[in-house]
Amino acid sequence: MTDTTTEAPDDEVVETDEAREALLEAIGSEFGDAIIETHLVPGRDLWIRIDPAAWADTATYLRNRQRFRFFNWLSAIDWMPSPFGRSMDSEVDKLVGAVDEEEAAEEEEAGTGYAGGATRFQIVARVHNLSTLQGLTLKADIGDADASAESLSIGTWTHEYPGANWHEREVYEMYGISFEGHPGLRKLYLPGDFEGHPLRKDFPLLARIVKPWPGIVDVEPMPELPEKPEPAAAGDTAAEAPADAPSTENPEDTQ
Amino acid sequence: MTAVSDRRQLAYIAAQAADARVNVELEAEGMTLNIGPQHPATHGTLRIVARLDGEQVIEADPIMGYMHRGYEKLAEVRTYPQVTTLINRIDWLGSFANEVPFILAAEQLMDIEAPPRAQHIRTILFEMARIANLTLFLGDMGVQLGAVTPVFYAFRDREHILNQIEAATGGRFHPNFDRIGGLKDDLPAGWVAETKESLGHITKFCNLMDDLLIGNEIFEARTRGIGVVPADVALSYGLSGANVRASGVDWDLRRDNPVGLAYDKVDWKVWTHPDGDSFARYWVRLQEVRESVKIVEQLLDTIPSGPIMAKVPRIIKVPEGEAYVETENPLGVMGYYVVSKGGLNPFRVKIRSASFSNMSITPWLLKGTYVPDVITILASLYFILGDIDR
Repeated sequence: MTDTTTEAPDDEVVETDEAREALLEAIGSEFGDAIIETHLVPGRDLWIRIDPAAWADTATYLRNRQRFRFFNWLSAIDWMPSPFGRSMDSEVDKLVGAVDEEEAAEEEEAGTGYAGGATRFQIVARVHNLSTLQGLTLKADIGDADASAESLSIGTWTHEYPGANWHEREVYEMYGISFEGHPGLRKLYLPGDFEGHPLRKDFPLLARIVKPWPGIVDVEPMPELPEKPEPAAAGDTAAEAPADAPSTENPEDTQ
Repeated sequence: MTAVSDRRQLAYIAAQAADARVNVELEAEGMTLNIGPQHPATHGTLRIVARLDGEQVIEADPIMGYMHRGYEKLAEVRTYPQVTTLINRIDWLGSFANEVPFILAAEQLMDIEAPPRAQHIRTILFEMARIANLTLFLGDMGVQLGAVTPVFYAFRDREHILNQIEAATGGRFHPNFDRIGGLKDDLPAGWVAETKESLGHITKFCNLMDDLLIGNEIFEARTRGIGVVPADVALSYGLSGANVRASGVDWDLRRDNPVGLAYDKVDWKVWTHPDGDSFARYWVRLQEVRESVKIVEQLLDTIPSGPIMAKVPRIIKVPEGEAYVETENPLGVMGYYVVSKGGLNPFRVKIRSASFSNMSITPWLLKGTYVPDVITILASLYFILGDIDR
């Protein structure tokens, strides 16, 4: 079990967060080794990554023993970098500098979020305790690191939180993760014969492939703009930039 | 309150008797009734497949997806400022309110805070979006019960608020006005006085609804004791907003966790109702509009001076991290879980929309109700299909 803590970057920096630490301790003593990693931002939020085998029991414990009665949401994350990049590699994007290869490489090297992750897919859920007004984000890795993407499954939460029913159906169709013990696991939004799992990173966003963003064929040549003098202490902040004077070159503006 | 519990008990006994009668007299296989996809009780296109035994619903299965637009996928290929254009359209009746939690989440990741004036104006527009949204509900509920008049008053008086939203932001329904670090523009001259005047129409409208619907015998008979949601069931289904407050849960994020908004600077009250029925949901929303008017009136008097934008880089790059911010939107709790890997685009955006969770209770809630009550219950839960399908 490894713990990471980042400082809350607020004005009133909360050094310690006793309520959340006590909660973390209580959950730690209940689940022991099943807790893989935690991440605490004092005064703001708590992340716990739990062993997938203990996933269903976590819901029982949190709802009945810790009074996390409010089921907020459940979803998943696909940590694979998108093979399609950001789909912004049109000529216009290169011109405005939106495509930065170094940055894309950095992004690929970036980790797997707060409380870490060892597998491509992760399940994320959030519950609330309304008497202490605490929220808690839970994560669990799905499958082994090299499990096939077709046979992913984890325990259901519907026995404790019936509201998880639709959320799990959504994850099932969008990520192809099945939930053991779910009362009626079928597609939620998509037609029954739809193939593929749209929110997976390797599912292409066809709209972007059919027509490159932002639609280079639609771009009309801009009217010539007069050279604007750079403001003295402009830096690169938008707040200090003066309001744009209307261009007198454009005949439409002067009408 | 005794009258209510008596009435509830009577309704229970009547339902029991009806159960027995239906089961004995009509041993039917059950008939399937399609409600929707086009139905005025659903703000959008929702289909409910109800299996009926006589007039009673045995099983109800909502089918959505007719309006699924895949915003979570689309957000992954857009830069942060571009995302607000999309999310405006989630709950289209309270559009400015959709932008705020996303912007707050991005600000939290970037570690910047909007200046006080921007936070103040954000709160004003947020509450005006709530007024515009809930006003329509207050009138629309009458339509579902056969009273067509209230909705015309609702459209008439909501227009005053929409005009003010348009005057400030340029858009009646899709303002796209919130920016990371502040707001797009300052308020136009004379806006404060005009807005105060428009709020007067809303106060009058609320009183009118009080006279027309609350206390009306038909309205009360059709809503009291119908569609009762106990507090614990509501919470485990993730119901939020007025739906959960109508079940007696005293929880409002505006009071309990006002991140980045100016609710702590004004004096107002969170209303709850112990009954948990359709009437309670209507009543709580009626009081909420009145409270929103109070909030906006107080905020309009105390707008601080100063800039409306913090110092924000021209090209917005969000450092690596994860943030979840939720606010009390007109329909309930709306939150964005934003995962950033650094760079121009969010890596993953999970949109927690209020109606999705509010609606997920319907298979449980509609079981055993009568067909005419299905419409009332759906209307009183108050959902926008764009907020379910995203």
